[in-house]
Amino acid sequence: MSDDVLRIRTPIGIKYQYSAGPRVSSHLIGLMEGRFVGKRCPSCHLVYMPPRNGTCAKCGCLLGEDVEVGQRGTITTFCVVNVPFLGQTIKIPYVAATILLDGADMGMQHLIQEVEATEVRMGMRVEPVWRPREEWQPSMENVLYFRPTGEPDAPYESYAGQL
Amino acid sequence: MRDVAIIASAQAVNTATTTATPVEMLIPVVNQVLANAGMARSDIGFWCHGSCDYMTGQPFSFVSAVDALGAWPPIIESHVEADGAFALYEAWMKIQTGEVDTALVFGNGRSSSGDINRILTLQLDPYVVGPLWPDDRSIAAMQARACLEAGVITERAMAQIAARNHHNALTNPVALRRGEHSVEQLLAAPLVASPLRELDCPAHSDGVTAVIIAAGDRARSLRARPAWIRGIDHRIESQNLGNRSMTTLPSAVIAAQKAGVANDKIDVAELHAPYTHQELLLTAALGLGESTSINPSGGALCANPMMSAGLARFAEAAARIMDGSADRALGHASSGPWLQQNLVCVLEGE
Amino acid sequence: MSGGTTEYTIADDGSFTAPLELFYPYKRTVGPLLSRFLTGLREHRIEGTLGSDGRVHVPPAEFDPMTGEPLSEWAEVSSTGTIVTWSWQPSPVEGNTLQHPFAWALIALDGANTNLLHAVDAGSADAIRTGMRVQARWATEPVGSITDIECFELVPESAA
Repeated sequence: MSDDVLRIRTPIGIKYQYSAGPRVSSHLIGLMEGRFVGKRCPSCHLVYMPPRNGTCAKCGCLLGEDVEVGQRGTITTFCVVNVPFLGQTIKIPYVAATILLDGADMGMQHLIQEVEATEVRMGMRVEPVWRPREEWQPSMENVLYFRPTGEPDAPYESYAGQL
Repeated sequence: MRDVAIIASAQAVNTATTTATPVEMLIPVVNQVLANAGMARSDIGFWCHGSCDYMTGQPFSFVSAVDALGAWPPIIESHVEADGAFALYEAWMKIQTGEVDTALVFGNGRSSSGDINRILTLQLDPYVVGPLWPDDRSIAAMQARACLEAGVITERAMAQIAARNHHNALTNPVALRRGEHSVEQLLAAPLVASPLRELDCPAHSDGVTAVIIAAGDRARSLRARPAWIRGIDHRIESQNLGNRSMTTLPSAVIAAQKAGVANDKIDVAELHAPYTHQELLLTAALGLGESTSINPSGGALCANPMMSAGLARFAEAAARIMDGSADRALGHASSGPWLQQNLVCVLEGE
Repeated sequence: MSGGTTEYTIADDGSFTAPLELFYPYKRTVGPLLSRFLTGLREHRIEGTLGSDGRVHVPPAEFDPMTGEPLSEWAEVSSTGTIVTWSWQPSPVEGNTLQHPFAWALIALDGANTNLLHAVDAGSADAIRTGMRVQARWATEPVGSITDIECFELVPESAA
């Protein structure tokens, strides 16, 4: 019979108290002050920005000292988003890129704007556009997006190790 | 069969809440167990992890847990969505294949991330039980009442279990809850989920346990007196509470038989019984008598770090062998409502 | 999760913590046997499957616990039964069918050989005992779910 119960809704909602951990928190404080603060691995000396979950996955150890990295960085790779999806807040097509901030050893993901998608390229130099200071939170969303600086592209060798 | 032994263990101090990320919690304990074994990360042949994403509140959290291992160059690792004791069973099997000689097993959980009684509802049948949202403590309380009314146990016996475990935990540096309580004091305490009182219920905690196991001569070279795994068996009851015995644990009986518990005297047993009445049921099902010291650590009543409390029982039982205070010990891990799953391990010194 | 609205707190060790709600909007297909059971509940009818040993399983077992064979024989059971064991829920949680203190119970419905887990609206812990008779109270808007039985209620002694 077509009216029979064939499926049921069994939603699961659970409330948690999420903790970023002490190491990621110095990074969050940095964001509240408009700075990019990462952490150095005491073993392999790589600078993680952001400092992930407070650990160096390569060495299996806790990250050590804070390292403030530069505001500007280099696009190491990117994709052009042409697909609309539920919850999308940005007009397509747009560019999501991996950005290697100056002084960091790990790329981070962010949005690229103020440039045509077709103009974006590997090696392009970019800088952040921050929200107004009074809106700053402990969140990477303080940075609205990155935009080209107009500097010459970084040489391929400078970021080849990231690929 | 290859001879396999537990040769080292380490546990985090159990806490009621934690601010560290799960990986930040893991790293010191992984480092400690390696130090206790005198081993480097590169000496480990296989890594096996037990945890639960619902508990952590982070889907795919087991993937980030690999960050604690230093997985470069690549390592051989696996994960079970269960207590670390079940990861130990997998690691023991891996060593049996002959592919590796050593394994580091770890389990971690942060019970405080969410409402643990509610999260445990998610292990129930999701079609006709889960939608009612019965919590873990209420379900355990129904089993306790059935046992009390059948005359299988008494409230006084439950209180004696609580008193003994909390007393034993006085000498366990990693326990969350400990103290001297008289049976009369315990019986006078209010009911929190009739017929259960607060100290009949587990001390849910945030914690980590890690254990290293090794085969044959490798184990002998790493530890003067390894805790040899002489029998290990895992049995499961039906998920349907309405079609299960409320007063006996047939799966624990079979697991004990298959693991060879009754072959000789058991000096020490570490039982993963989250509720007092469950320790009474388990002691009977496993055939343990007066000559066995039960839960010298204080057990899950004094620290129940979800997903590592079972492995902690194995670690505690093995420690009694390795320090020479016991010749034959039993480690038990459980999972699911009413001790649905039972993993029994018999450990012996040489 | 969105910027500007995060309610965070800072712990003693400097860790930022914030409330996080995970929501999984699961839908489950129920298969032919649970379909018949849940469709029955919607029509105030409780049915179970008949095992090879003659036992009636409510909710229905899909496979015989003794032989593993698929089950297909059905038997209707009563919406009245007996409390086998119970516990007291002093503070109901989100999702419970009752939002005031109630009992959880395993209930042997008349005609069934397994026990059904459900809530019992008993008023107070002093009012409920094992062995008491209970009857289903049906939800006002049935949807084809175990919650179509809102709860069970005590059958007055005189009526029992």
